[in-house]
Amino acid sequence: MLGEFMQYLFSGLTSGAIYALVGLGFALIYNASHVINFAQGEFVMLGGMSTVFLAAGGVPLPLAVAGAIAGTALVGLLLEKVAVERTKNASVVTLIIITIGASIVLRGLAQVVFDKQFHTLPAFTGDDPIVILGATITPQTLWVLGVTVAIVLVLQWFFGRTLWGKAILATSVNPLAARLVGINTSLVLLISFGLSAALGAIAGVLITPITSTNFEVGIMLGLKGFSAAILGGLGHPFGAVAGGLILGIVEAFGAGYISSDYKDAMAFIIILLALFFMPSGLFGKRGTDRV
Amino acid sequence: MSDLSTTKATPAPVPMSTRRAGGSGGGALAWLMRPRTGGLLVLAAVICLLPLGLQNNFQYDVAIKIGFNAIVVVGLNLLIGYAGQISLGHAGFLGLGAYFSAITVTKLGWPPLVSLVVAAAVVGLLAFVVARPVLRLKGHYLAMATLGLGVIISIVLNQEAQLTGGPDGMIVAPFTVFGFEFSKAWHWYWLVGGLLFLAVWLSLNIIDSPVGRALRAVHGSEVAAEVVGVDTTRYKVMIFVVSAVFASVVGSLDAHYIMFLSPNEASFFHSVELVIMVVLGGMASTFGAVVGAAILTALPQLLTFLEDYEHLIFGLILMLVMIFLPKGIVPSLAALLKRGGDR
Repeated sequence: MLGEFMQYLFSGLTSGAIYALVGLGFALIYNASHVINFAQGEFVMLGGMSTVFLAAGGVPLPLAVAGAIAGTALVGLLLEKVAVERTKNASVVTLIIITIGASIVLRGLAQVVFDKQFHTLPAFTGDDPIVILGATITPQTLWVLGVTVAIVLVLQWFFGRTLWGKAILATSVNPLAARLVGINTSLVLLISFGLSAALGAIAGVLITPITSTNFEVGIMLGLKGFSAAILGGLGHPFGAVAGGLILGIVEAFGAGYISSDYKDAMAFIIILLALFFMPSGLFGKRGTDRV
Repeated sequence: MSDLSTTKATPAPVPMSTRRAGGSGGGALAWLMRPRTGGLLVLAAVICLLPLGLQNNFQYDVAIKIGFNAIVVVGLNLLIGYAGQISLGHAGFLGLGAYFSAITVTKLGWPPLVSLVVAAAVVGLLAFVVARPVLRLKGHYLAMATLGLGVIISIVLNQEAQLTGGPDGMIVAPFTVFGFEFSKAWHWYWLVGGLLFLAVWLSLNIIDSPVGRALRAVHGSEVAAEVVGVDTTRYKVMIFVVSAVFASVVGSLDAHYIMFLSPNEASFFHSVELVIMVVLGGMASTFGAVVGAAILTALPQLLTFLEDYEHLIFGLILMLVMIFLPKGIVPSLAALLKRGGDR
């Protein structure tokens, strides 16, 4: 009984941590530019797929991981440079379509450069299961949870203690005022895209040994990450983390105790209910319109 | 800028341009330039003359699919372009209409026309029920909620396999009305062509009615509209239901036309495709919606020779058009023409 409960809890925390990382990517870009980047899921896919193919090409795993994260970050920078920067004054719907276009391009590219098969990676530190309170978990689960915690701590330090982090926060609060005090807001936007892409890639690398990857995994992961960011409340820096963990846990318990057929639907049912009662997400500020 | 519901797409260029044309070019030209007369005339001419150029069943098939998509997109454009409310879940309504028809006709033996009407009523009712809580949301939260609705519908259609056939899909009976079976491509062509004309005419009338003015007020500033006494919620809900019914009717017909139905019809990507058609053609332009549907339906057919590179090129074209013509094709071209005319 307890074992079952703990098993669901761990599997929920694992997928929740991944949703949290993807959601953080959404929130970062949204804060810097008020753009919802629908190519965020493709960053996750790129991270996983390029690690797989670098490793298959004989590159040692740690180097392959680093290369994949750097490469994906580069793609993020490129996306900002060629598409988002040029269309600053376009309507939000137009920007959404541009990022959807980018996600189609990245999927198409992955299909050509890599392939359409499912791939997996060896677990980072072996497959010997660990038993905690009757639940059996793999070391990779600990990697996912550990790295997520580390990233959240690093980001907290970055936004709270460094000049660059504060510049990003300032830009998200009021871009015009940020420019007036001498912050290079276009550089902030560029950095946010790079950072988001890197976060996505890390999530992709971490999850690949558990769920395997192919060129289309980014679609569902992107939607769940978006849900996490919205559930936490857009604009709240770490709302996405809470949102992601809640979604992951609800999904795991829903699949375990109610119906595994509707696992993917649980996240969306929760978010609809949450939005109906709290239209700005769990931690988002109550919106007031300035007239 | 921060909010989807306040995206500026210059919703009402129509009365201005007609007045201008009327002042300089005389009555007949003004009459022709007005979308409700001249535009409808052009549309009717295109629908009537197109069959002369269609040489085989494949080309008929593409034309019919363009017509189906155009009807949905004209409805969706009322919601996105005029009321300023995005929906990333309209394929869900389309899928529900399609499955309602498919199941009642194929498994229960209902007359197809009755099924189509009942499906539209049921989907309209569902849209009405969810519209109030959903349309209370703004911007990205609204996008999320409509997306969630669509995804839930698509998951249900996938999972309830004993009813829907699940991911494998189901066979659908042909469309018959009072004993007449729509079996030839040209039957469908004229049915869809007629419905598209009707949809465009309806849409233009809604835009020019007090409802349309109220919607544009909502788009411009919801608060200001409320202050001057517009019941904004009522109009938003109304247009949401109208666009859902358009989608449902097309879903029913499309299922009968292809005689096969799979949950892909209701997928998130299909919802996105519909929104892309609206934005690509030009928001707040009914004829833009038709153009957007035509281009986005025909393009994949033209790109099939690229095989593996198809998606890559399709995405690139989409990005380039939106980067260089952010207002969409028809409004951008119209602005270009107007500048040329002023010189």
